[in-house]
Amino acid sequence: MQPLVEVRDLRFQYDDGTVALDGVDFQLFAGETVAVLGANGSGKTTFVLHLNGLLMGQGSVRVCGVPVRPNTLAQVRQKVGLVFQDSDNQLFMPTVLEDVAFGPLNLGLEREQARTRALDALAAVGMAHASGKAPYHLSAGEKKRVAIAGILAMNPEILVLDEPTTFLDPPGQNALVELLDELPQAKILVTHDVDCARALASRAVFFERGKIAGEGTVPEVVARFNWDRISLHRQAGSRL
Amino acid sequence: MHIPDGFLATPVWATLDVAAAPAVGYLARRAQQGLEQSKVPLLGVMGAFVFAAQMINFPVGMGTSGHLVGAALLAYTLGPAAAGVVLTAILAVQALVFQDGGILALGANIINMGVAGMLAGYLPYALWGAGRWRRQTIFLGGFLSVLTSAVLALSELMISGVAMPAAVLRISLGLFVVSALLEGAITLAIMQALASINPDFVRQPRSGGGRALGFIGLTAIFLVVAGVAIASAYPDGIQKLADATGIASQAKTLLRTPLADYELGTLHSVWLRKAGAGLAGLGLIYGACMLCGKLLARQRGA
Amino acid sequence: MHHVVLDRWSHGESALHRRDARAKTIAVLIFLVALATAQRAFLPLSVCDLGILAATIIAAGLPLGAALKRAAVVLPFTAVFAAISLAAGEPMRAATLVGKSYLSALAVLVLVSTTPLPELLGGLERTGVPRYLLMVAQFLYRYLFVISEEAQHMRAALQAKSGTLRRAVWDRGKFAAAGGALGVLFARSYAHADDIHQAMLARGFQGHFLTLSGRSFRRADVFFVAGALVIVAGTRAAVEAWI
Repeated sequence: MQPLVEVRDLRFQYDDGTVALDGVDFQLFAGETVAVLGANGSGKTTFVLHLNGLLMGQGSVRVCGVPVRPNTLAQVRQKVGLVFQDSDNQLFMPTVLEDVAFGPLNLGLEREQARTRALDALAAVGMAHASGKAPYHLSAGEKKRVAIAGILAMNPEILVLDEPTTFLDPPGQNALVELLDELPQAKILVTHDVDCARALASRAVFFERGKIAGEGTVPEVVARFNWDRISLHRQAGSRL
Repeated sequence: MHIPDGFLATPVWATLDVAAAPAVGYLARRAQQGLEQSKVPLLGVMGAFVFAAQMINFPVGMGTSGHLVGAALLAYTLGPAAAGVVLTAILAVQALVFQDGGILALGANIINMGVAGMLAGYLPYALWGAGRWRRQTIFLGGFLSVLTSAVLALSELMISGVAMPAAVLRISLGLFVVSALLEGAITLAIMQALASINPDFVRQPRSGGGRALGFIGLTAIFLVVAGVAIASAYPDGIQKLADATGIASQAKTLLRTPLADYELGTLHSVWLRKAGAGLAGLGLIYGACMLCGKLLARQRGA
Repeated sequence: MHHVVLDRWSHGESALHRRDARAKTIAVLIFLVALATAQRAFLPLSVCDLGILAATIIAAGLPLGAALKRAAVVLPFTAVFAAISLAAGEPMRAATLVGKSYLSALAVLVLVSTTPLPELLGGLERTGVPRYLLMVAQFLYRYLFVISEEAQHMRAALQAKSGTLRRAVWDRGKFAAAGGALGVLFARSYAHADDIHQAMLARGFQGHFLTLSGRSFRRADVFFVAGALVIVAGTRAAVEAWI
């Protein structure tokens, strides 16, 4: 089976010379959900920004067989839907409907088609009732759903979510996990939320200093790199 | 100073609305530089920044504090054209959402604060911002931006016949100078903070583009001064203009009344002449500086 | 925050709310121009105009008292000049200043309380106002609350760090600290803008904003504008003829 995403020896350096990615190999297959774990600054976000060409480094990145290059960006960006950590920066249009329709309109759809796509996407995430609202009236969880709708409206094959459960309260996190579970697209979850990773991902990769230092199932990776939360090592009132 | 509706005489607000429209159009085209709209979020967010920044108080002692006005700062970080667009957007939102400044008076407020005031703050920077006197230049720019806007606003009010006895005039001018000094200090403080956070935030002073806009700025100032002087001395001229632009004939009588009903006392005309002369003098000084700057640049460059 | 209340009001359901943004804008402009150019019989005219606006507010389902209070934000500035005019022996001028500025503010308030600002700005699109400017204003309004919230946090932090701000001594340190805080707010705002741009690119932005809506002027809107013209001009003519 051909991987949907294929990355070979990806290297990237910032303008000031800092090496952000130091040779990354990665594959994503249809239907799977992969968690990307690692410390802050280990290169996780930098890595996913290469998947839709927001950053371009050396090495090879192919999405659905298409190499990510300046002349293939439009295609690639339709196939890879990136949901950013801060939903406020992602919902930049004045109303929910206009925001979700942004993608379809930019894909070249006619106004009426774009509107229908947007409404369908909103329905898929349970936010059709909010189509006329201004984004700042929404709760964090609602904003996240609308952001996902904005991506779904482009009919992507791959969903990439950067720290999706940040800013969400536990009910919000549960609702999000349920929603993501229902979506058929292959997913990449960059996250610190180990519970979320455990609930959704069939495998995990661990980033360390710009490289993938290990992979396996989520519990395996968590155990190997000691990536569990404080609560599991400490009981209230006890000391380490 | 945001002028509300109901203060300016019809010839004054109408003229300024007519003057503001092409000015804003020019600034928008220049800021857009072709057909690209990718800077729109940056400009919008910077406008929100200026709004939000007005919440931060800068203490000046004795329990008073001031806040950022922002025209000069925007010009130094976004360039004058983009700054003009952002300031126009800010003024529009202030007028609509906060009823701070009138709608018919929007043209006047845009000219005062978004065009003339902004350019008055930018010009010194374009000329001397790269040199040894950078800090003083930044202070001067902040100072001039607020002073120019305030003086223009005051002249427009006076031309419209709003009563202004000598004592009040002196107090107002005194307050303007204080606010202007404060703006200079605040602008400088923020620019220094930006320099240590990320020097790329601030534009390199460029007298190239600045020259064209400086010219426009000066022209705008001259036009306003001239137009306003004409409106006070020759209401008939304005009446002919009104006829030509097709303002309803009923307005004909009304155009004259604001000035006739409320006599412009000798003091007012004297002040007016002085203010006009003052602004014209400022303009001449700018013109002279620009010429010198051009000559110096040519010498250095050659 | 002020604009939160306004935003709520503007999402109402009355017949006025449903009128096209352009129709309402034209109607308000007619009112403003008629008010600005009025000279004779101003006092009775202003009473009639107040009545017209009050009726409109009630028809729109908005809280009358709160609206009247909000428009009063223009009064402090006006009061100063009115007082000066009174002292200079021009009571008519003083009354005119107060009346015109208050009624104009109230009229604009009616407009923005019955039309969400993004719709209002969108309505201006094909009127010659540069689209670039309108888009900037849209983004400004969208992020106004976001950045203001961050500024509020910074202000709290500043106050915590520097004790009370009511010291009777010029404190250069506090001045510099405020400058530093705004420097940081600037940088954060810039970062927002960068992230927004990335989000735009990620969804296929090609350099131009495309719109969903094609607005159409309905018959009700035409009647509305015509009605506004008749009421405003008619009231003024009637008052001036009667006095």
